[in-house]
Amino acid sequence: MHRDHIDPHPGPAVLGADARRPDGTRRALRIGLGGPVGSGKTATVAALCRALRDEVSLAVVTNDIYTREDAEYLLREAVLPPERITAVETGACPHTAIRDDISANLEAVEDLEDSVGPLDLVLVESGGDNLTATFSKGLVDAQIFVIDVAGGDDVPRKGGPGVTTADLLVVNKTDLAPYTGSDLGRMAADAKAQRAGLPVVFQSLREDEGVAAVTSWVRQRLAAWAA
Amino acid sequence: MSRAALLVLADGRFPAGGHAHSGGAEAAVHAGRITGAASLEDFCRGRLHTTGLVSAALAASAALGVDPAALDAAADARTPSPALRAAARKLGRQLLRAARATWPGVELDALARRFPKGAHQPVVLGVAARAAGLGPQDAAHCALYESVGGPATATVRLLGLDPFDATAVLARLAPEADRVAEAAVRAAHRVAEEGADALPAASAPLLELLAEAHAARTGRLFAS
Repeated sequence: MHRDHIDPHPGPAVLGADARRPDGTRRALRIGLGGPVGSGKTATVAALCRALRDEVSLAVVTNDIYTREDAEYLLREAVLPPERITAVETGACPHTAIRDDISANLEAVEDLEDSVGPLDLVLVESGGDNLTATFSKGLVDAQIFVIDVAGGDDVPRKGGPGVTTADLLVVNKTDLAPYTGSDLGRMAADAKAQRAGLPVVFQSLREDEGVAAVTSWVRQRLAAWAA
Repeated sequence: MSRAALLVLADGRFPAGGHAHSGGAEAAVHAGRITGAASLEDFCRGRLHTTGLVSAALAASAALGVDPAALDAAADARTPSPALRAAARKLGRQLLRAARATWPGVELDALARRFPKGAHQPVVLGVAARAAGLGPQDAAHCALYESVGGPATATVRLLGLDPFDATAVLARLAPEADRVAEAAVRAAHRVAEEGADALPAASAPLLELLAEAHAARTGRLFAS
């Protein structure tokens, strides 16, 4: 079929990363959280929900590998009302659902906007994966990669697309560093060398500061999105 | 017809959600019915002649321009399991998104307007084939290849089956898939003349039953 002009809104629904919804309103900012299994993605999402839920309208999409474990954790912790949390099934391939075939996640995000919107922010949490798992730009506007000190202090040096290109790198569980023999200074230096100026946050959700640094990064993103 | 467009549509990497579904293979593995390459082949042969044939006839009919709403209702009537109907609609919605982005056109837009939460996947597949400049044979072959390709790759992940063995199963089934595709296309031409009642209604009761059990199970890898 020949077309001289492709209308950005050719039909009844948007297709991907389009910043406007079918009715012309601006859609929610979408931030992806990825990283290895057990690095603290869900705990970070829960902490972000608690920190932001009174100031913005937000929702969460989880991508579990073979259960609804992460969604159920968020429900149990009551960080958001249940209608604001959706789980996507990923067929043994969590990275496929956030990068190569984002259709199920796009539908989950759009269904949330339809059912509980308008939303300011949607957090899309990847199932735990390997160091190469990154989000498609068709799904999220920005991505956070979460690693932890107990997973080995050589991870920042090893690099990989998550560590090197994520908009924010979070090194989690810094309170465990003394017990795992992880050298935080070395992790910081390696991350700096790998990331060409992109920001890095060291956090421990067990200490007073908690998720504050990540929250303020998200607030900056929200302000830029709304501008 | 464009052979290259057919390869794009039939490619397992076409981003339309198929990777999260096993076509009943996970439930069959769990029930001890697929244990290796031989039983995978039996399972896939069963799918070709039941759900594969029906899907292929639906897709070929839609590719001929038969009203998608009538085909969707006929697909509902041929899918007793609510879990399978839900999965087919979900996959149809995902395919529709991918197809509209890949081959923009008024028929796909109209389908999205008519079925905002998704039509049955084979119906969308047929309309997508039309938008890609493909015909009923192409649509039928795509539907049949999907009906066995999904279970084969899922079984590789579920059982650690040798991927060469799984691919050889698909190759051995190819002549049979070609014959089923011909039957599906003949049925589609009758549908275009006589209406959706001319569609085949070959069913696989065990696939429907196992799909319900699968949907109720926790700890599954695939959505269906």
